[in-house]
Amino acid sequence: MQQAWKGFIPGNWGREIDVRDFIQLNYEPYEGDESFLTAPTDRTKQLWEDVLELYKQENEKGVLDVETRTPSTITAYGPGYINKDLEQIVGFQTDKPLKRAIMPFGGLNVVKNALNAYGYQLDEDTETVFKKYRKTHNDGVFDVYTADMLKARKSGIITGLPDAYGRGRIIGDYRRVALYGTEILIEQKTSEKKELDCGAMDESTIRLRENISESIRSLKELTEMAGSYGFNISQPANSAKEAIQWTYFGFLAAIKQQDGAAMSLGRVSTFLDIYIQRDIKNGDLTEIEAQELIDHFVMKLRMVRFLRTPEYNSLFSGDPTWVTECIGGMGEDGRSLVAKTSYRMLHTLYNLGPAPEPNLTVLWSVNLPQNFKNYCAKASIDTSSIQYENDDLMRGHWGDDYAIACCVSAMRIGKQMQFFGARANLAKALLYAINGGKDEKSGDQIGPEFAPITSEYLDYDEVKRKFDQVVEWLAGLYISTLNVIHYMHDKYNFESLQLALHDKDILRTQATGIAGLSVVVDSLSAIKHAKVKVIRNEKGLATDYEIEGDYPAFGNNDEEINKLASKVLKNFMIELKKHATYREAVPTTSVLTITSNVVYGKKTGSTPDGRKDGEPFAPGANPMHGRDKKGAIASLASVAKLPYAYALDGISYTFSIIPAALGKTEERRVSNLVGIMDGYFADNGHHMNVNVFDRETLLDAMERPELYPQLTIRVSGYAVNFIKLTKEQQLDVIHRTFHEHV
Amino acid sequence: MNDIYNVVGKIHSIETCGTVDGPGIRYVIFMQGCHLRCLYCHNPDTWDINNYSKELTVGEIMEDILKYRSYFQASGGGVTLSGGEPLLQKEFAAALFKACKLEGLHTALDTSGHDGNINDATLEVLKYTDLVLLDIKSINADTFKKVTGATIDATLNFAQFLFDEEIPTCVRFVLVPGLTDNEDDLHEMARYLKSLKNVTKVGVLPFHQMGAYKWENLNLKYELKGKPEPTAEETEKVRKLFRSYGFRVR
Repeated sequence: MQQAWKGFIPGNWGREIDVRDFIQLNYEPYEGDESFLTAPTDRTKQLWEDVLELYKQENEKGVLDVETRTPSTITAYGPGYINKDLEQIVGFQTDKPLKRAIMPFGGLNVVKNALNAYGYQLDEDTETVFKKYRKTHNDGVFDVYTADMLKARKSGIITGLPDAYGRGRIIGDYRRVALYGTEILIEQKTSEKKELDCGAMDESTIRLRENISESIRSLKELTEMAGSYGFNISQPANSAKEAIQWTYFGFLAAIKQQDGAAMSLGRVSTFLDIYIQRDIKNGDLTEIEAQELIDHFVMKLRMVRFLRTPEYNSLFSGDPTWVTECIGGMGEDGRSLVAKTSYRMLHTLYNLGPAPEPNLTVLWSVNLPQNFKNYCAKASIDTSSIQYENDDLMRGHWGDDYAIACCVSAMRIGKQMQFFGARANLAKALLYAINGGKDEKSGDQIGPEFAPITSEYLDYDEVKRKFDQVVEWLAGLYISTLNVIHYMHDKYNFESLQLALHDKDILRTQATGIAGLSVVVDSLSAIKHAKVKVIRNEKGLATDYEIEGDYPAFGNNDEEINKLASKVLKNFMIELKKHATYREAVPTTSVLTITSNVVYGKKTGSTPDGRKDGEPFAPGANPMHGRDKKGAIASLASVAKLPYAYALDGISYTFSIIPAALGKTEERRVSNLVGIMDGYFADNGHHMNVNVFDRETLLDAMERPELYPQLTIRVSGYAVNFIKLTKEQQLDVIHRTFHEHV
Repeated sequence: MNDIYNVVGKIHSIETCGTVDGPGIRYVIFMQGCHLRCLYCHNPDTWDINNYSKELTVGEIMEDILKYRSYFQASGGGVTLSGGEPLLQKEFAAALFKACKLEGLHTALDTSGHDGNINDATLEVLKYTDLVLLDIKSINADTFKKVTGATIDATLNFAQFLFDEEIPTCVRFVLVPGLTDNEDDLHEMARYLKSLKNVTKVGVLPFHQMGAYKWENLNLKYELKGKPEPTAEETEKVRKLFRSYGFRVR
């Protein structure tokens, strides 16, 4: 047996690549509270101050520094440090902290535009290489796109497609690097390739053999890159420090090779805990040192940077990377997967302060230890930096060793990947149904030409029938477009390192997404329950609507409306499934918009629910703002009714609340937030962002209301959109102590 | 006996995420109608009983309430009747709470105690009430009159009644500087509450200006316009005063 594995309980994991088996045999569930956690060390504080200084410079300049000549590969750049003496975990994407690399394999234009936007110029030779000698993913896609695809893309009915940059949404099992070292991983891949020696060389075998060869090469590059930092990772990690460092090197190689829209870390906390606990038991590590290692690891994860255009950043609010780390969850044997390092990971929000990255994701189960639930709720209230997902719901589909890519996309680690598919704008599809396939903004014929609705008032059956037709068309075009994209991404921008950390035979899903679900549902409800009059322009195009009477809106837990929402989702999914996908990927969908709901709204004309031209959609699966009149729980319960089985790529809900509306004392706030999550997840809700806004946030919202279109102050009675209050009222909210039903 | 599920209530609004009116997460029903005209009322739109937004039967409301059982169970929550003054619709309150108890749900009654006519119907409500949140505006009869426009007797009678019936009660009191903060009155109130063994908890709620705009919307004259809210120190001082009498206070 490997010396590095001394003290571990042996099992199948010692005979083949099986990280889950290693975890299950060796981890120690922790049911205690957070009292063992320690404060940051001086080294951590000093290092973090250096990082904050770099952040400051970066904020002033937009980007701190950029490479303009050498495209990024795993070994393209030499080692980089902030302060070599202080850093316990090392490694940057380039040779300097926060210096951004260029990744033109996804597309040259994005790189050029982003460089130009920040006052840099792409090196001429590099540009020549990618213009004359090396085709990109983006070139490949546009060689194949049809006229229909181009039109749908331009009108924004299908939007955010990964056709010009890395698709992301793939999680390498970075833990394998620590547990096995690269030598064993290379041996494994070599023998997998041998398994494909026999039989006919059909297209899929040829492709897979090439994929594996590239993966072997990338594992060698990973070894070389780690060597440049002075570590030999060909062998398994010997200590907790090495395990964290090896795991990080695996992840680092991935983000050197790819600038995917979401580059998630996976589920490493409980895995790393095994090493930490072994070292502590052996007297080789103290709690303070263990926390320091996690703090330094997280610092690195916070410093992941990609070169994006300013438009991209405004679309996604900030500079996101979605380095998602999953914490907690339950094992299939009923033991909680919460370990001490689950706490240590969350504790970085205190030691280093709140941050959006890494995207800390708690896998919630009603059976999680109460202490852990309370700690999570407390950290949410203090930092608003945690998202929650329903482990009880996902475990049934994905087992107990899945992780989340990006925000809500669950996948078995090392056994499954996703072809990212962005989103279709269903609100726009509804308008196409009314306008005979014409875009309500441009008047262009985007969808198939069929008879538009000409009546003065909308008729539910007619609209529904035509909407179904548009959805049928849209689903086909959408899948075809994604097939083109992923064929080309595999060909020109293959994620050889991330796939090196997967099994040979994996499940592929073809993800899609829905934007504007609540707009569609409310529109249909308005057409059915109220009277919706159509306002047409001089060309006969329906551009606005007048609603006479009230209608039940999504978000009030009205059974009929919940069913309508489920039906819209199901129908879309059923249509998607009718189409053949690239590499036989299983189609899935999500109800997720992150923050781009504002941009989707901008591109969409007035809708029959009363939403005006250009107004934002609700984020994700949220009800439209202000229409959920029965309070937060009714809103949550409505979203929980959307069937996860038809949206296996996730259903996102954003919950925003002020501390006082959660309860009068800290203890009550914690227990109520735990209660809200237990209730929501017991009712099969899938995902919840928890925002607990404090006074500072409210002050900021007054200054920059455009950043807080949805900030709600909810006190028993009703909800108010904060930015719609007068300045005086806002100050009132900020200054008062909440009590009672205001 | 009438079928409790057919009893109709006049409702102002429903909040499914109440966290400040009783333990845990509460389904709060704001009833329409109130006899008091408190100067600091932040829900003046609930005063006129005929100005309700909807009439619902107990059956309809129960069907909705039961959708949230997981939340009540997870948080130790339940159902709160607030308002307005729920005691203006006693038959409804009793029927609803009875239906809640049949489902094993915790019930809380948020009231000023201004029943005016304590009778069998009142007893019927309390029979199914787990907790009363009793709002006592002031112990001083003159101040009470000034704040509410009504006499204090009804509230005191109701408090006595709760004591006689041994209903667990949490007393709430709104602190308005210059109006309800007279120290002698506060001591007297504390002594009075001390004599009621069913009162274990006192909530001191600092007055706030959040309801002001509703008065304007209703074209009502808002006499507390611009009045200062109590500082955190002032509120804490009053809480301490009650604590010194052995109450749990917040």
